[in-house]
Amino acid sequence: MLKIEDLTVEVAGKILLHDVNLEVEKGYTNVLFGPNGAGKSALMRTIMGFSEYRVVKGRILFNGEDITYLPVDERARRGLGIMMQRPPDMTGIKLGDLIKVTSKGKKEPEALAENLDMKRFLDRDVNVGFSGGEIKRSELLQLAAQNPSLYLLDEPESGVDLVSIEQVGMTIKGLLEEGIECPGERCKKGKSALIITHTGQVLDFVQADRGYILCNGTVMCSGNPMKMLEEIKNNGYQECISCKLIK
Amino acid sequence: MQTDKVSLKKRAESAIEKKAAFGEDFELEKYEEGSRVSKPVEDLQSLDEESKRTLLQVGIIPSEEGRSGSLFVLDNSVSHSSLNDENVELMSTHKAMEKYEWLKDYSWKLVQVDADKYTAKTYLEDADGYFIRVPAGKKSAMPVQTCLMLGSKKSTQTLHNIVIVEEGASLDIITGCTSKKGVEEGLHLGISEMYVKKGATLNFTMIHNWAEQIGVRPRTVVHVEEGGTYVSNYISLKPVRSVQTYPTVNLEGEGAVTRLNTIAIAHAGSELDLGSKAVFNAPGTRAELISRTITIGGRIVARGEMVGNAKGAKGHLECKGLVLTDKGSQLAIPILEANVDDIELTHEAAVGKIAKDQVEYLMARGLTEEEAVGMIIRGFLDVGIRGIPEELKNEIENTIAQTAFGT
Repeated sequence: MLKIEDLTVEVAGKILLHDVNLEVEKGYTNVLFGPNGAGKSALMRTIMGFSEYRVVKGRILFNGEDITYLPVDERARRGLGIMMQRPPDMTGIKLGDLIKVTSKGKKEPEALAENLDMKRFLDRDVNVGFSGGEIKRSELLQLAAQNPSLYLLDEPESGVDLVSIEQVGMTIKGLLEEGIECPGERCKKGKSALIITHTGQVLDFVQADRGYILCNGTVMCSGNPMKMLEEIKNNGYQECISCKLIK
Repeated sequence: MQTDKVSLKKRAESAIEKKAAFGEDFELEKYEEGSRVSKPVEDLQSLDEESKRTLLQVGIIPSEEGRSGSLFVLDNSVSHSSLNDENVELMSTHKAMEKYEWLKDYSWKLVQVDADKYTAKTYLEDADGYFIRVPAGKKSAMPVQTCLMLGSKKSTQTLHNIVIVEEGASLDIITGCTSKKGVEEGLHLGISEMYVKKGATLNFTMIHNWAEQIGVRPRTVVHVEEGGTYVSNYISLKPVRSVQTYPTVNLEGEGAVTRLNTIAIAHAGSELDLGSKAVFNAPGTRAELISRTITIGGRIVARGEMVGNAKGAKGHLECKGLVLTDKGSQLAIPILEANVDDIELTHEAAVGKIAKDQVEYLMARGLTEEEAVGMIIRGFLDVGIRGIPEELKNEIENTIAQTAFGT
């Protein structure tokens, strides 16, 4: 579904990512771990195509098509959807109106908002004065309306209080498993996702298939996500970095 | 009274060459005086289709459905006046001056005849216009609509309007200022004096829709008494040569409130010098001056001014401008003046282009770049037009769509 090959990216003349290789297969939920400043968000935003991020080498394939230089909206139309960590304030644009445009009238904003307890936000300007948790729910609501085939989720649990984490986690699970009747079908019929997480809390709700560790702008390691999370919790990222150096 | 008139005339005559403080200077002698006679229009629906469309574009409904009354001024002549609301008085200013001896106490009391050459000329021509009054405690059921149309080439339209909302009364006005199709050059000078008495409310919406070589010099002063509210929406989205206006609201009674919204688009060749001013002369008065302007090649000067002369006054000024092309320019000039303590005046001004991250955020949801820009512009201007009549929104939306996609 998504394949990243030898990707090197710069922002304002500075290399942020180099020689990144990563894959998300159809129906897979893969996880991106890494310390602050490793370039995780940059990678996600590069995949979405934000113009600040300039690809200097390598390529991004989506369903076999090279999308490295496609504009953002073209990627969205092909099935990529992003949940941003710090989306911009959209003064004057009502969340309800954005949902309507995003879903192209196929889904009613009210019904979508009901599940996320966001009905009273439909008349509010998008992201303006939203708390951390409200931003997450608003982003998920927009993604639900957009209905992408690959979800790029940048720290879905950050800034969310303990009570709301379950709501956010269950919503993500619901979106990824839409239309699936038995767990065995997930990798065939389910949606794909790439999730950035620091705490791993979101993994209590969604089943992760593969983990990647991104350090100093490149992928250091990949493997079983739950084992990686445990390792990181116990020993931090230092082990991963030295392990890579030994290799 | 006679001496009053004599001294006003003297003052006006001495100011007939006095340039205005701001904006391009128009030579009045280059324009002919607009006609004072016109064929009476019994029914606005009997106007030709072209004129009716022109009216609709500035919020004037020819069928008068949903309106308490209508008054139509063509050049310098009131050619139609009709009323279907017993709570409202509507007639030409000349008729009102004849009918009410007391009206002289309201005429040329807020706007000074010698403010500049435009006020002087309007006074010396004894300009007609609209008079609207709502008696104490009454409410206009629906908005009163007035249309001021420039109908002859290279002529000057001069107007003198007086609005009085008596104690506890309430009135909505929609004024559409426009030019007849084919009239590309001319001058519109409009004096408006508005009185909002104790506990009264006046909602005033003005839509300007001119042509490329027309100069526009409105002069408006509003007097608001204790507990009164004055809300104004000013909208100008089409090409025009030059508009220079600086409406002033004097908050004279305790707890008086005003909100002035301005939304405007400056096309190539247009100069819009749009100010608004609130003077806090009584305790606990409040004001909000909001301006949202876009340039697609023209020049915009957004002035906002608040003068605090009484304790407990509170005001906020917001000038935001978007520059959509390299050729246009935006100048925001906020002025705050506090002359007593215990006063809170704030301002927020920002000019620049549309933020790229906002555009891409919407594009990431599947909108094209054009759709994203259109949505952002609509949202940007929407802040300035909250509360305007529903049917006007369509016209505004259309213009915005053209602005975003057409040019």
